[in-house]
Amino acid sequence: MRIGVYVCHCGGNISDIVDVDEVAQFASHLPDVVVVRSISHMCSESGQKAIVDDVGEYRLDRVVVAACSPQFQGTTFEKTLLKAGLKPNMVEMANIREQSAWPHYEMPEKATEKAKVLTAMAVEKIRRAKPVERESMKIGKNVLVIGGGIAGIQASLDLANAGFNVFLVEKSPTIGGHMAQLSRTFPTEDCASCILTPKMADVAEHPNIHLLTYSEILEVSGSVGNFKVRIKMKPRYVDESRCTACRECEKVCPVSVPDEFNLGMTKRKAIYLPSSIATPHSHVIDADACLGIVPLRCGLCEQVCEANAINYDDMPKYINLDIDTIIVATGFDIFNAKLKPQYGYGKFQNVITALELERMIVEAAEGHIIRPIGKDIAFIQCVGSRDKQVGNLYCSRICCMYATKLASLLKRADPSRDIYIFYTDLRAYGKGFEEYYRNAQNLGIKFIRGRPGELMENPENKKVIVRVEDTLTRKIIEKEFDLVVLSVGLVPSKGTIEIAEMLKLPRSSDGFLKEAHPKFRPVDTPIEGIFVAGTAQGPKDIPDTVAQASAAAARAITLMNKGEFEMSPIKAIIDEEKCDGCGECIKHCPVDAIKMNGKAKINIPICKGCGACISSCPRDAIDLKIFSNDEIMAEIEAALKDKKAGEKRILIFADNICTYTLADGVGTAKMRYSSDAFIIRVPSSSRVTPKMMLKAFEMGADGIFLGECEEAVSPYPKTLKVIEENVKKVKDALSKAGIEPDRVQYSPFVTVMFPKFVNIANKMAEIANKYGNIPEEKRKKLNIVEVVE
Amino acid sequence: MTEVIHIEKKNVKFLQKVVELSGEEVTMCEQCGICTTSCPMAEEMDVSPAGIMRAVQIGDESVVESKAIWFCASCFTCTVRCPRGIDLAKVTEALRQLTLRKNVDHIDLDEVKKESLPAIALVSALRKFTG
Ligand SMILES: Cc1cc2nc3c(=O)[nH]c(=O)nc-3n(C[C@H](O)[C@H](O)[C@H](O)COP(=O)(O)OP(=O)(O)OC[C@H]3O[C@@H](n4cnc5c(N)ncnc54)[C@H](O)[C@@H]3O)c2cc1C
Ligand code: SF4
Ligand code: SF4
Ligand code: SF4
Ligand code: SF4
Repeated sequence: MRIGVYVCHCGGNISDIVDVDEVAQFASHLPDVVVVRSISHMCSESGQKAIVDDVGEYRLDRVVVAACSPQFQGTTFEKTLLKAGLKPNMVEMANIREQSAWPHYEMPEKATEKAKVLTAMAVEKIRRAKPVERESMKIGKNVLVIGGGIAGIQASLDLANAGFNVFLVEKSPTIGGHMAQLSRTFPTEDCASCILTPKMADVAEHPNIHLLTYSEILEVSGSVGNFKVRIKMKPRYVDESRCTACRECEKVCPVSVPDEFNLGMTKRKAIYLPSSIATPHSHVIDADACLGIVPLRCGLCEQVCEANAINYDDMPKYINLDIDTIIVATGFDIFNAKLKPQYGYGKFQNVITALELERMIVEAAEGHIIRPIGKDIAFIQCVGSRDKQVGNLYCSRICCMYATKLASLLKRADPSRDIYIFYTDLRAYGKGFEEYYRNAQNLGIKFIRGRPGELMENPENKKVIVRVEDTLTRKIIEKEFDLVVLSVGLVPSKGTIEIAEMLKLPRSSDGFLKEAHPKFRPVDTPIEGIFVAGTAQGPKDIPDTVAQASAAAARAITLMNKGEFEMSPIKAIIDEEKCDGCGECIKHCPVDAIKMNGKAKINIPICKGCGACISSCPRDAIDLKIFSNDEIMAEIEAALKDKKAGEKRILIFADNICTYTLADGVGTAKMRYSSDAFIIRVPSSSRVTPKMMLKAFEMGADGIFLGECEEAVSPYPKTLKVIEENVKKVKDALSKAGIEPDRVQYSPFVTVMFPKFVNIANKMAEIANKYGNIPEEKRKKLNIVEVVE
Repeated sequence: MTEVIHIEKKNVKFLQKVVELSGEEVTMCEQCGICTTSCPMAEEMDVSPAGIMRAVQIGDESVVESKAIWFCASCFTCTVRCPRGIDLAKVTEALRQLTLRKNVDHIDLDEVKKESLPAIALVSALRKFTG
């Protein structure tokens, strides 16, 4: 083994504080090190060239760069190694800038000492590392889009236009989703169906889109590039290709049921056209409502259908698909207003929801008056949103604007109307929204800041009495209204919840689908190859929905376009000799990447490389390919090796996403923390096993801290629980050996918690100082205490 | 005339005191006014329930002198409806405690003729008007 060590000055950033020559001198005595250089800018071309040249001249097979954070320049040096003909993981960085020169700038000597230890840790780690081949996977061009609202429509069109094969599955008999039900759309007031129908027609006609309406997903298995999907197409009993939508059948059909498209305010027949803009534009028989298909009881529609479209023998069809990527666009449901009984929805005839008003307006424009709207109209905002009493803490984001829109439409249609919007905060955040709000005020719509506690019905005229505190004048206003419109919020649709369960997609605390990272991966789900778009991810308006749908399509294309994609090299591996197939690991894996086949088998594309499974294996059969047990143990050993008596060493295991980034941020901000704290980078702290921690204590660690991403931003769901369990085991073992259990702790972080990080690093050092070093006889006991399962 | 309230340390202290006594995070109130129109006594009050919450938020101590806090019937309607989950009844109780803890008797038991008040009113009066 031949290692080259390169100590970087970072143009003074490091060398003004750390004695780089001393570090280089020290490194030259480390095992297997054959070249050491101290260079002004390692990341510069000349710095990188030095590595490439040395690999050639000294036949180096491993490289350590003692410089800045691997998160900063890691990929640079990986590329350098590729150029030099080595595997990219054969370079290790010692982060002596963010973790030593900067946070300890006031104590240059300590900073130098720490830089030496960090360098030794990196050398020891790379000595245990094995060259890892980057694996690629073949991937095809088949995309499953679930849900045919505007999100699913947009994503399908983008993908299809880019030459990908789309299977669009919609559970109802037509695509269009909620947008098809709307009147006009804020803030521009274009007619919803006028802008939607061309897109719906494009979907129906596109050669690359296979439209499967009236269909449901039965089962999804496999993983990115290799999903197996089973779909059931329900029988329509009407041949789409023949039906001319002449509506003759409706005239003879004897059965009337509530029309769901009009939210039950009108009736439809058992054979019906789902809406006037239905796509596919064909009738369908509602088998539950029909008097009887098998055996046939009525048969009237068949007799009148001149197109011969009716087929009572239609059967469900089952389809199996091989799919490469999936976009979930299963949308929202409106909040069930009956859950706020104080507003009397369903009880008072003049209290309706905003979606019902949308339908009333559309129908009226087509000459069909569902019910009179009246002159005095009130909108009540935030119904089912921002309300702890119903468990929805979030703002639904669109109801302020849709109420403003509906009020404007009604006011313009009849300026003698007196319209009030009762709100708490008016959210007009989007492009053109504030102007639209101003416009509504200009029309004479009154925005009153206050929400009513309850509504009452005048028993004589059935009008609704609204009493509300105008919180700006502190007076109670009371007025009778012809119509009260509840601005109901958005909740995840039933279909969204079902699909989340089927695909094992995590949901955030608001119940909507959780994205892989709220800032940087907003349309990825934590499962590779599955994306989310539209209101399934959270309440949003049409422009945001469409933007997200295009983004999801682009993300799917990014993955599929090259025909293969490179997987992260950080993956779990099972030692088949050791594994006895007990199945413990399965329970710990947060993404179901382990299958049992006599022995445990890792599904490589699914595995996220968190390492949560490692500590669960009673036979130590699991390891990670990068950040392996050996590598981490080597780092621990090196961190503790030259510790002098009385000196303290705290090991902070930092997950690579949150805690490590946070520590870099703290360093960059030159916030000081104890120089006794040594950071060890891991993909997730759940890969740090109780055995490792106990071994570290045995070797002289004075404290151990595990940092992990907060659940909400973590790419690995549920690892915090594994960490909690592991820490508890270590605490128990420490107690048994008579060692203070608070020497080991853990905490969730997000990348901005600077003071919290500093406090914790200092607190751990303080604890160690308070207790002193762990006496040798107690440490030895750790050897024999059992890790309690 | 628009009254000016100068925010000083004592305003913050007052808020802290009420939060401490009531155990309720008064700053969480979003001033929606739901409590006011839920309150059966609101029309009798010189400051509305939501107004009381606002006064406490800005540390306006004069709210302790309001009649409203004594009108609160502790019916808890506001509490079950507050969208921020604040127990307002506890806040008004805390404000009453601020007066009660001054140890001034507003009712002299000896002067109350036993039959003149219904028993429940007597108990309530003792709770509210006696420190
Ligand atoms: C009253 C009201 C007024 C509005 N006004 C405006 C406005 O003026 N301007 C504006 O920009 N926005 C407005 N919006 C918001 C707008 O409706 C949404 O932004 C948009 O419809 C979201 O589209 P989507 O595709 O995400 O969801 P949806 O429209 O809900 O579509 C989801 C689709 O997925 C299907 N589906 C669900 N589950 C499954 C499953 N498991 N399998 C197969 N298919 C499934 C559903 O049947 C549906 O067709 C309004 C919303 C409301 C409630
Ligand atoms: S099913 Fe036949 S009768 Fe009914 S609308 Fe279609 S073509 Fe007309
Ligand atoms: S958008 Fe407006 S009405 Fe809707 S929840 Fe948010 S604040 Fe309330
Ligand atoms: S627990 Fe983590 S490392 Fe182990 S198989 Fe699952 S995803 Fe991979
Ligand atoms: S109901 Fe709650 S949030 Fe609303 S004003 Fe009253 S105390 Fe504040």
